[in-house]
Amino acid sequence: MKIGVCAKISPHADARIKIKSDGSGVDTAGEKLVVGDYDEYAVEEAIRTKEAVGGDVTAFSVGPASDEKLIRSGALALGCDSAVLISGDDAEGAGALGTAKLLAAAIKEAGCEVVFTGKASTDGGSSQMGAMLAELLGWAHVSQVTEFALDGGNFKATRNMDAGVRQIVSGSLPAVITCEDGLNEPRYPKLPDIMKAKRKPLAKKSAGDYGVGAIAPTSNQSNYAPPPPRPPSRIIEGDAASAASELVRLLREEAKVL
Amino acid sequence: MSILVFADSANGAFKPTAAELLGKATALAAALGTTVTAAVLGDAPAASLGGLGAAKVFQAAGDFSNYDNGAIVDALAAIVAAANPTVILAPASYIGRDALPRLAARLDTAMGSDCSDLKVEGGVVVGRRSEFAGRAYADVSISSTPAVFTVRPNTFPKPENNGGSAEVVAVDWSASTPTVSVVETLAPEATGIDLSSAGKVVAGGRSLKSKENFDSVIRPLGAALQAGVGASRAATDAGYAPHNEQVGQTGQTVNPQLYIAAGISGAIQHLAGMRTSKVIVAINKDPDAPIFQHATYGIVADLFDVVPELTKAVEALD
Ligand SMILES: Cc1cc2nc3c(=O)[nH]c(=O)nc-3n(C[C@H](O)[C@H](O)[C@H](O)COP(=O)(O)OP(=O)(O)OC[C@H]3O[C@@H](n4cnc5c(N)ncnc54)[C@H](O)[C@@H]3O)c2cc1C
Repeated sequence: MKIGVCAKISPHADARIKIKSDGSGVDTAGEKLVVGDYDEYAVEEAIRTKEAVGGDVTAFSVGPASDEKLIRSGALALGCDSAVLISGDDAEGAGALGTAKLLAAAIKEAGCEVVFTGKASTDGGSSQMGAMLAELLGWAHVSQVTEFALDGGNFKATRNMDAGVRQIVSGSLPAVITCEDGLNEPRYPKLPDIMKAKRKPLAKKSAGDYGVGAIAPTSNQSNYAPPPPRPPSRIIEGDAASAASELVRLLREEAKVL
Repeated sequence: MSILVFADSANGAFKPTAAELLGKATALAAALGTTVTAAVLGDAPAASLGGLGAAKVFQAAGDFSNYDNGAIVDALAAIVAAANPTVILAPASYIGRDALPRLAARLDTAMGSDCSDLKVEGGVVVGRRSEFAGRAYADVSISSTPAVFTVRPNTFPKPENNGGSAEVVAVDWSASTPTVSVVETLAPEATGIDLSSAGKVVAGGRSLKSKENFDSVIRPLGAALQAGVGASRAATDAGYAPHNEQVGQTGQTVNPQLYIAAGISGAIQHLAGMRTSKVIVAINKDPDAPIFQHATYGIVADLFDVVPELTKAVEALD
């Protein structure tokens, strides 16, 4: 089976988030970059699916050409067989919908029957890619999946919904699955596999290689700023009983939330 | 030209996000000189949305009780074709992450997800949203039409329904999107209060040390405050509280008026799920715990001493 996984290279959870002085974005130069948290689950699930039913895994990513090293170490070294990296100013600045168009075209070209993505990226965190891809491909999709199994051309998945409700669903391939925390335990690469990954095929593409029409972003981000400052915190002193009653008084009279 | 609010419903009743979004849409529409319309799937009382500011309600009939993103997108797309809005507002709940991006792709338009504010600037609606797990905020504007925004529940006040009635337009739709079938719904252990829309939340962390302690220390305070109960991932992983009560990046996002964090350090992934709470109370015995940097009120003490006293003090309120 042809299995696909979309993986975005983004700053590590511990990276410093420096807002550019003109507010036009976030400067991540020099910070540690990795395959995003949820995309790690997607990579792992794609590899496990291959191990269960056979076939091969292609990793798809849109990002700068310099991401090649991280795709090799974060996807190919773990067991993906090949990768497609779509780079260039227009691709990297395409916005979610444009990125989805490029990925959908690459996935179609590769002939995938199932594609895994993270439920959200760890930078923008828009949670749009999986569902947009499914629409552009005309496939079914299941979001925020915590369990997944294939049975021939059918699958069973458990999804995490609102208010802690979970549902077991079944459907037929082709499908896009977005991966939630807890779906699996991502593996670490072994040294020999890191060496081998250097020779695995990685196709470097540009937006022009895919005749997908308009990919110019129609969403624009501006006015970047740190989180709105919170009022300075007020430490309440005293023994447990008096601190508790003072807190209740403040919550009622000052904050007016009781 | 209008602002179309997706008024989500379950079991024939509107969810709280419907009033919240209609209230905000009414203010935005006044600034833009346009009208508010609403989209309803299924049999919720559509005309009643007139009392929350909708001039016209587009209703797609059908049984939507079994969540099906294909049917939701097909029906919403039919409503959008009939309503022809310039802006679509929807809740940033599961449906907002699962179905709305698919709708946006079908409409070949962009989307601003999980906004924590909306305003009118330069004659268009602009959203404000967080990135990097809440460590940066940015404005998002959309130049394609309709501009789709989802809004984090509990962001805006909920207006009272003034009893008005709206014109209801029935919209025909047919299913065309491949779907999945629901095999089984696993409902969480009943806590009674939906965390994502709770007005107050009491949360406990690893420091509770056992499920028994969690149940005997955190839950009584939750009950006294009529608050939802949440937990850090350390607490849910250890089995002190069920997973559906996890708050944070990989758990639920809460946005209450009052969030009480007892014995929670304030890791970045935990903050991602609660940092927009209006008032944050931190109870922690470590004065350097990061949670204090985000707290409105802090008590540096052992939670096993303070929380029971707090429960008593709340119970003593009239
Ligand atoms: C990919 C990823 C996703 C994650 N998602 C989430 C998420 O969604 N939600 C989440 O919460 N975490 C998440 N985490 C985990 C997060 O990084 C932290 O490990 C977790 O939040 C810590 O939980 P805690 O605050 O209960 O425990 P700790 O960090 O161990 O803190 C315990 C705190 O309790 C205090 N304390 C101890 N005893 C007492 C006492 N008797 N009285 C008062 N205070 C006391 C200590 O001073 C300390 O500050 C995620 C991590 C990763 C890597």
